[in-house]
Amino acid sequence: MADLIAKLPCDGLLPLSIGKATLVEVVPVALTSVSPLKGAEKDLSKAMTKAHGVGFPGPNNSNGDDAVRAIWFGRAHALLIGPAPDSALVKHAALTDQTDAWAVVCLDGDAAESVLARLAPVDLRHSVFGLGQTVRSQLGHMTASITRVGENAFQIMVFRSMAKTLVHDLKTAMVAVDARG
Amino acid sequence: MRLPCPICGERDRREFYYKGAALERPAPDAGEAAWDDYVYLRENPAGDTRELWYHDGGCGAWLVVTRNTLTHAVIGAELASEAKA
Ligand SMILES: [Zn+2]
Repeated sequence: MADLIAKLPCDGLLPLSIGKATLVEVVPVALTSVSPLKGAEKDLSKAMTKAHGVGFPGPNNSNGDDAVRAIWFGRAHALLIGPAPDSALVKHAALTDQTDAWAVVCLDGDAAESVLARLAPVDLRHSVFGLGQTVRSQLGHMTASITRVGENAFQIMVFRSMAKTLVHDLKTAMVAVDARG
Repeated sequence: MRLPCPICGERDRREFYYKGAALERPAPDAGEAAWDDYVYLRENPAGDTRELWYHDGGCGAWLVVTRNTLTHAVIGAELASEAKA
């Protein structure tokens, strides 16, 4: 068999620091898509809380912190970020390993909101999009998951195959926001 | 134009994909005329119309959106899985 070389999605592209914003790659231990079986959302949430300390998140919300985070990821769909899923979840949900399928970056800094305002058709200002809130929306032409993970910090996820476009679009917006002063 | 996704909230039109009129699917044995109507024949209403939209740039749900073709008002949206045709 060929000697394969492991490579991160944003290999050679990050980190970036432009003006009042920084962009770094986030490398989660595991990403698991969690979809509750019909009618099992409450039991799943209990099992997740017991095993990982985070319940199943409601629409546009996330639970947890940088170590373990469950973010709402769509209709009847969440993403567990951090540890590999406990086997107790299998009874209540369909689980799919997504660890290498997504490019995950963190945009941080005073200019982060302004940078995202140029790319996403949703209001991500702090007054309406607080810590822990999340959206499935678009970033440029890509479908994306955006979560506020800090006062001025956003976790942004797109399909791994779009990593280069993600960094290009964010970099262009960071340069433009910085040029405005 | 914005559409009120019952799951995500009010969202920009660019997050959605348009499918077409929300129709009641005939039974498999409904006969040729009913199926011809379902597959090929469409109303062109001046007023309220019900259409299927897919929230592909959002939560991934299919919606039945009611909007008015005269005023362009978006009247409401419900999950297609829960909507009555
Ligand atoms: Zn939606």
